[in-house]
Amino acid sequence: MSYDRALTVFSPDGHLFQVEYALEAVKRGTCAVGVRGKDVVVLGVEKKTVLKLQDPRTVRKVSMLDDHVCLAFAGLYADARVLINKARIECQSHRLTVEDPVTVEYITQYIAGVQQRYTQSGGVRPFGISTLIIGFDVDRVPKLYQTEPSGIFSAWKAAAIGKSSKTVREFLEKNYKEEMSKEEAIKLTIKSLLEVVQTGAKNIEIAYMDQDAVLKQLDSDEVERISKEIEKEKEAEAEKNKKAGGSSSGVAPMQE
Amino acid sequence: MEVLIGITGKDFVLLTADTTSARSIVIMKQEEDKTRELNKHNLLLTIGEAGDAVQFAEYIQRNIKLYEIRNGVPLSTKAVAAYTRREMADSLRSRNAYQVNILIGGVDPKTGTPELYWSDYLAASQKMPFATQGYASYFVMSTMDRYWRPDLSLAEARALLQKCFDELKKRFIGNLPSFLIKVVDKEGIRTID
Repeated sequence: MSYDRALTVFSPDGHLFQVEYALEAVKRGTCAVGVRGKDVVVLGVEKKTVLKLQDPRTVRKVSMLDDHVCLAFAGLYADARVLINKARIECQSHRLTVEDPVTVEYITQYIAGVQQRYTQSGGVRPFGISTLIIGFDVDRVPKLYQTEPSGIFSAWKAAAIGKSSKTVREFLEKNYKEEMSKEEAIKLTIKSLLEVVQTGAKNIEIAYMDQDAVLKQLDSDEVERISKEIEKEKEAEAEKNKKAGGSSSGVAPMQE
Repeated sequence: MEVLIGITGKDFVLLTADTTSARSIVIMKQEEDKTRELNKHNLLLTIGEAGDAVQFAEYIQRNIKLYEIRNGVPLSTKAVAAYTRREMADSLRSRNAYQVNILIGGVDPKTGTPELYWSDYLAASQKMPFATQGYASYFVMSTMDRYWRPDLSLAEARALLQKCFDELKKRFIGNLPSFLIKVVDKEGIRTID
């Protein structure tokens, strides 16, 4: 009996295998990281190496849903396109009926709702993406939400999805501080991505939103500069540890 | 009894709508805004059936915004006018047609070239140097025929608009005490006196 074929069939031990396989598809996607600071929220994505003949500008991993809400995803690009389109229509539809922009939670709930619907219908498969949704509501408090193929969503202080997300999440748990400034939050995002992105700073894209709820992109020189800074700090740390390691082995400490 | 007037100038469009909101013999308010900003450089003015005017304007507004979010670039005035006309045409042969007459004014954000489109509830659409909707047309078109020139400055256009207001006050039986005047230029959309 293969319980992993049809979506709408539970396995005897209570798994929905199709949904879990969708999560596997997400784990194969390029990494995306979100970090919430005091009055800023930062999104970092790993840019897949663009093939030589491809136009890099047409490969967008960070998409605007409305003026004040933004989404990054990990997983199947085409599935993301469909979901983003639905979300964009919902954002405008909400404005038309309620005369207010969507709250970040509302649109996250909507997207998660769509994802869940596709886990309970016949003849369809779940969306193979997890999303990170950032934005500011009228309360000017930064928001970061994550959704999954199962339709689960929750708010996060810092989150990672996609390839090696577990490593990144552990790194974030160790290094996250409350009430970070914009610079600290951006630095943490880049630092955590550098842990898993082999090819370095040129394959990292950073976007962030301040309280003015306008999405801004860091240009690649800025990202390079910050990652060089991080490199230097790492080397300084390594030097310090080496010296400290040396002296604890019993030799008299060297004078600086 | 409602009035819309649009005048293109050198690098701007001057648009105005009366601010009276009335039903039958009662004036409900004098601060009605019959305009809707479609994007940074395009303004839509609507008059007509109660409810339809606002519903249609907001529907167009939301769809133009959706296009902008989806594609990352705003629509040109010509495209906006074409889209709006298409929506009007589709509605015309449906069960409930929108009974709305509109003016769309906008500038090209790079060159500042102004464009003004007149469109009515039968989905006729025309680009015009100056245009009106409502009873005003009978009085004000001839005034503008006489005094409009291409390349008007903002002050000259405002003066021409004043001539139109004076004409209406003199010859039009309907009382229209106040108008909302907006300018669309390279900088965007703003209200003027």
